[in-house]
Amino acid sequence: MMENQSSNKAEILFSRQDRRKESAFQKTILLSALAVVVLFATIFLSLVLSSFPSIEAFGLSFFYSKTWDPVSKTFGSLPFLLGTLLTSFLALLICLPFSLAISVFIGEYFTKGLLSSFLKNVTELLAGIPSVIYGFWALFVLVPIVRNFETKLGVLPYGVGILTASLILSVMIVPYAASIGREVIALVPADIKEAAYALGATRREVITKVVLPYARSGITAGILLALGRALGETMAVTMVIGNSNILPHSLFSPGNTMASVIANEFTEATHRLHVSSLMEIGLLLFLVTAIINILGRYVIKKVSVEA
Amino acid sequence: MDRSRLTLRLLKDRVFKVIVIFLCFLSMVPLFLILSYIVKNGLASLNWEFFVEIPKPVGEKGGGIVNAIVGSFLLVIVASLPSIPLGIAAGVYLSEHRGGKVAYLGRLAADVLQGTPSIVIGIIAYLWIVVTMKGFSALSGGIALGIMMLPVIVRATEETLKLIPDALKEASLALGVPYYRTMLKVVLPASVSGITTGVLISIARVAGETAPLLFTAFGNAFMNWNIIKPVNALPLLIYNYATSPYPEWHRVAWGASCVLVGFVLALNLMVRIIVGRWKVQF
Repeated sequence: MMENQSSNKAEILFSRQDRRKESAFQKTILLSALAVVVLFATIFLSLVLSSFPSIEAFGLSFFYSKTWDPVSKTFGSLPFLLGTLLTSFLALLICLPFSLAISVFIGEYFTKGLLSSFLKNVTELLAGIPSVIYGFWALFVLVPIVRNFETKLGVLPYGVGILTASLILSVMIVPYAASIGREVIALVPADIKEAAYALGATRREVITKVVLPYARSGITAGILLALGRALGETMAVTMVIGNSNILPHSLFSPGNTMASVIANEFTEATHRLHVSSLMEIGLLLFLVTAIINILGRYVIKKVSVEA
Repeated sequence: MDRSRLTLRLLKDRVFKVIVIFLCFLSMVPLFLILSYIVKNGLASLNWEFFVEIPKPVGEKGGGIVNAIVGSFLLVIVASLPSIPLGIAAGVYLSEHRGGKVAYLGRLAADVLQGTPSIVIGIIAYLWIVVTMKGFSALSGGIALGIMMLPVIVRATEETLKLIPDALKEASLALGVPYYRTMLKVVLPASVSGITTGVLISIARVAGETAPLLFTAFGNAFMNWNIIKPVNALPLLIYNYATSPYPEWHRVAWGASCVLVGFVLALNLMVRIIVGRWKVQF
């Protein structure tokens, strides 16, 4: 009854043309939102469908076999899984002290003023530089440095390899981890910090015993999101990792990551199984980064609601 | 006893602060190294010819990168045409139907898409367009970049619309303005600076992307305006020339890096100015 009345009123208020446009507008925005969802679902389905031949042929051995040989058409992705894990975690390890220091610097020591805005701008600039330029720079500056270092150590001086890739990756992910760290540190309530100060704690004690533990889950989320980026980073890694499909045996050994093997071999892959195996690696990359992103965002949302 | 413990704690405090500051400045060193290296090597190769000529074959001096600049421009246009209107419309839905199921899924899809590695987007564009059209093309590269722009625009639109107070919308509705006109003539104009910022950020992000173009736009040594033919792009040119063995090509790649970084930084600066001057505020 009520509904009937209001729709009658709407008829009196709005012309027929208005009502038509109204429903067209509603439909347009609904369809656009649906399009985003459908796009996402189609990407996932396409990846699954096109990696089917490889899933069928290799099954689970795809993940633990270490032979990747396009000639004999045997494809096992272990070298790339290991390469991705090694470079990403090493990069995280290197990036951690730096991003924490930046977060603490901006979030605690210098919350306002020239220094903090300078640091903020610099980290944002770092995030904006295209990855191919990081790769280019690493190829011409970092690789010779690492090669020198390797000669001094007495290992085979490739210059390119897992270590070089991790170093450039860590430079690239510092801004991501730092910007999230800064946000969650700023969310720590002032009264608990003041309580600690009132008990006579020094600044270091407040930061390491109150602020960082309080912000722990948020910082973890920031690290997760940075990890998501490191896992999928392609160009910079492709340019300095040495592109060899062997199992990496040391930090200095050349290797390949999941992303870099796709970049290197996709255009040259002619056999159906080869293409499909690369697609399966793409699918795996998609799933892992999706899970990491959902997890990271969920934690951050929870942290900011609690604060 | 107590006195020495206090001194120790104060000393630790001081050392901690020094370490934090030291690490901060150490983390900025790479940026300055990279920027100075690009400027030092790049500026030398920048001249008028560099911007108006196509690359010369190996061994010949000179030549420019105009085909890559045109190609990048073409790719960004092809990417923007579908993804800007689609992204804004989807963002409006997400902010207007906050609690709904479609909005929840849309938000999730946009977030996950934003974190999807660009190389995966590249193979998707290859599967969908290059395989269907039987050839590399600017169109496929543009679509790949468009898929990457979309989530950024969706979320920027949604976040901006959330900042617009309900009272503004209600005032318009109370005057008898239909809902769609309220959205188009009152709410969207009020949030135009936020949405523009989102669009610029998304362009800055895709302009430097190489991975999705490797098997879509593919690269082209000549000038091309046709969107169903392969085109070159600045990041692709940098990748191909940087990994080549010719010093002459490295020089061109440094120049191209200079141009690309300049473009991306200029976009970031524009964003900064828009945010500072036309902030969405009520």
